[in-house]
Amino acid sequence: MSDQAAAGRRARGELESEVLAALWAAGEPVAAGAVREQLHGDPALTTVLTILTRLHGKGLVTRERAGRAYLYAPVRDEAAHTAAGMRALLEKGSDRAAVLARFVSELAAEDEQVLERLLHGHQGD
Amino acid sequence: MRIDVYLPLLLSTLFAVAAPWAVRRLPPRAATWLLTCTAVMAAGTWATALALLAFTLVGQIPLVASEGPWSAGVLAANDPVHRPVALICALVLLASVAGLTVVSWRRVRMLVDGWRECRELRAAGDLAVVDDPVPTAFALPGTPGRVVVSSGMLQALSADERQALLAHERAHLRRRHHLFLLVLQLTAAVHPLLRPLAREGAFTVERWADEEAAAEVADRTLVAHAVARAALATKRAPQRALPATGGPVPRRVQALLIPPTPFRRGPVLVCAALTLACCVSLAEAAHDTELLFENAMHTSAATREQPR
Repeated sequence: MSDQAAAGRRARGELESEVLAALWAAGEPVAAGAVREQLHGDPALTTVLTILTRLHGKGLVTRERAGRAYLYAPVRDEAAHTAAGMRALLEKGSDRAAVLARFVSELAAEDEQVLERLLHGHQGD
Repeated sequence: MRIDVYLPLLLSTLFAVAAPWAVRRLPPRAATWLLTCTAVMAAGTWATALALLAFTLVGQIPLVASEGPWSAGVLAANDPVHRPVALICALVLLASVAGLTVVSWRRVRMLVDGWRECRELRAAGDLAVVDDPVPTAFALPGTPGRVVVSSGMLQALSADERQALLAHERAHLRRRHHLFLLVLQLTAAVHPLLRPLAREGAFTVERWADEEAAAEVADRTLVAHAVARAALATKRAPQRALPATGGPVPRRVQALLIPPTPFRRGPVLVCAALTLACCVSLAEAAHDTELLFENAMHTSAATREQPR
């Protein structure tokens, strides 16, 4: 049962992350319905609204009223300090980056062509 | 001059060739474990063998010999190791210890910095978004660890690809990949010829996380596309000096587009055999050194008894 509770907590946390990621990806204020379309696993709209409200409570998301619904957007100014901190962390040389395990490393010019070929070759299948 | 005192040095260096060869034939999880274990083994053998060789010279210092007590003269006469060679070994060992100290200090500071940053980050679930148009994403180990992604990266990927990216970074945190990398970097500091293992390890943890992400989103092609698109987005963004880590991206993408590597016993057995050879040769060298000192001790005891 505690396992189940832990799994539930984790799933909620992951959904929260996905909602925030979707808001940032949108690049403009969006309604809860539009956020929901970007999420994986088809969560209920009420679930998405609950998460958006919680994120708003945490100060990570702003909302403005547009007609009957709210439009949501991520809070930008808060991140300014963090962005500076992260950049400092990342730019202190390769040592640091090795620990931080970056998603993708730098790409050589010829790698770029190889990647394009791999991507398109596969889409052609 | 006997060769067996140098055999452990030679064998531990062979890992630099054998381990990268072996891991290319293994699935990433087994590969990472194999790399880490063999690196620890090789670095340990290297340092111990150097210490044994260096001690044949250190033992000849009168002050050390009187502590034994053993006869410094007999030791010098019977020593199969040339003095300059023993001196070089001592210096290399010192350099290894110094390297280990410096790297440990840097790594620990880095982890502490990361932990501090983790505490300050405002995250939703485990995700912290940095408002930065340059696409970047990484896992920041801490309690709890965080996935840090820039807004530029989130905008470059589709919804499915974002999920793959998050799954990849979560796999790094869940499997504690930073600890594997830490161990590999420390062993490379002790034994510089093991650097290929650390480099290979940086690649296999990325592959491991790719495969975990693929299992989570149940689509290896999707992860391949996410990795490729993220890499291309990074390339197109305004250039900043990015340190190259994690290994070549095309190799990762390619590996995801072909069927997964099955586990094979052969490469593991090769590394196990090499490990065994290391242990045996090290035991042999230790035994020889012990005999050498015992012999010098007997002579020392005999000369002390003579005046009576």
